[in-house]
Amino acid sequence: MLCCVCKEKEAKVHLTQIVGDKMQKVDLCDACAAQKGVNDPAGFSLADLLLGLGASQEMEQASGGADTKCPNCGFTQADFKKTGRLGCSECYRAFSEGLESLLKSMHKGTKHIGKVPHAQQQTRDLTDRLKSLQKKLDKAVAEEDFEQAAAMRDEIKATKEKLTGMSAS
Amino acid sequence: MTIHEFLVSPSEAAHREGPHNKIVMSSRVRLARNIKGAAFPGWAKKAERIRTLDAIRPAIEALPQLADRFSETMDNLPLLDKNILVERHLISREHAAKNAGSGLVLNREETVCVMINEEDHLRMQALRPGLQLKQAWQAIDQIDSKIEKKLEYAFNPDLGYLTACPTNLGTGIRVSAMLHLPGLVLAEQINQIIQAVNKLGLAVRGLYGEGTEALGNVFQVSNQMTLGESESDIVERLNKVLSQIIEHEENARGTLLEKKPKTVYNHIGRAYGILANAHSISSKETMNLLSLMRLGVDLGLFPDLDRALVDELFVITQPNHLQKRYSDKLTAEERDLLRADMLRERLRTVSRPKPKPTPPQQGSEKA
Repeated sequence: MLCCVCKEKEAKVHLTQIVGDKMQKVDLCDACAAQKGVNDPAGFSLADLLLGLGASQEMEQASGGADTKCPNCGFTQADFKKTGRLGCSECYRAFSEGLESLLKSMHKGTKHIGKVPHAQQQTRDLTDRLKSLQKKLDKAVAEEDFEQAAAMRDEIKATKEKLTGMSAS
Repeated sequence: MTIHEFLVSPSEAAHREGPHNKIVMSSRVRLARNIKGAAFPGWAKKAERIRTLDAIRPAIEALPQLADRFSETMDNLPLLDKNILVERHLISREHAAKNAGSGLVLNREETVCVMINEEDHLRMQALRPGLQLKQAWQAIDQIDSKIEKKLEYAFNPDLGYLTACPTNLGTGIRVSAMLHLPGLVLAEQINQIIQAVNKLGLAVRGLYGEGTEALGNVFQVSNQMTLGESESDIVERLNKVLSQIIEHEENARGTLLEKKPKTVYNHIGRAYGILANAHSISSKETMNLLSLMRLGVDLGLFPDLDRALVDELFVITQPNHLQKRYSDKLTAEERDLLRADMLRERLRTVSRPKPKPTPPQQGSEKA
């Protein structure tokens, strides 16, 4: 087995890290292991090493090769492989396919939990509200409860106005 | 005003008190944020970086928390000043390497420090002495909520805050504490602890963060995963792990004193002997020996020595702090001589360690 960093020498150091139910593996030759500080537990973290290594290969396979390019900033797959960083926030859309498996190996989940910017939160709340109102409206119509349907229609209109008002501001 | 006129003296900084500061030197919470659509600093051309800096800087300066502040672009700071900020743990090494198009805003109390155009457009951090992760998170959360009203963040409902490196995606948070763990190092239990902490998905790093050595038995413990777990859960989880580490460190110290008192006294006595008498000493050796003296203070071996003096020496004996005192450019050898002179002078009135007949009570907390 060849070292997965230099891809030249025989791998002699084999690392496995298990976090939760995820397993990550890295195989290194002596020189690369020393260079990456594997022998110094204080300065070493497997995640730092994995980044831009096996991860970018995974990504390349998933997103159709090194030619994928971000339409917003012109960043390419090859650039990501080189730096381990993305070019702009739109890159997450451009490379979304390949990123998913990478994120899965790197994080606890693939869906954000936690703080949301206030404006986004409001939009989200209103969108959710709109959906539930639409359901109520459909139900009222089906039941021929026209009084209720009229009330729902008015509320939907008001919510939609709020929503467009917010995105305009 | 230069950064030197702004920063509090190392002596004053060393006197800051916080819970558990015998073992936890400081707490830090950092948030990574980016501006929607703009290229990340590592990919943006200089002109674009300057544009984003000019857009971000006024928004930061307008914060009431940063009304009394130092604000500067990185190209206006001499290299020495940047390195001093690194030695004070206020900016990252990566940020110190930046020039035009990057900036820094720091408040008077040195509890809030915002790096503009480091790896992300915004890296804002709240710092507290001792173990105060929750307070640090609340402080930076408030600041973030104010900034989001002025700048449009790159945010996606599924992926959270979008960051240059996918490792920071989601909450963009890094919660970390700087720990002094000489007991676990001397007892040779530190590797076990590091492995256990790694298994929990937390990272252990050296004195200056990513990829650095654990000089002076100082370790940084931080969360690694940022997507799929809320900020408060991360803070909570880290707090639990840290209180465990504190307990292990206290136990290790207790056991060492009980089982191998001579080894402990030997280490501390030799550390004192060298620091108080050397005529040439490197920065690395100084830090490792000061760590042992700090342990000696905690164990009550130096009744007339304040821990704050040791912490001050920890800062001012570092290469750039030392260089700052002299106008001529010093070579490493010259610095080693001057460092030894400084240590001899500052430790002149400190009497040698006095081993106690009975070891102190285990786990006793002397704040």
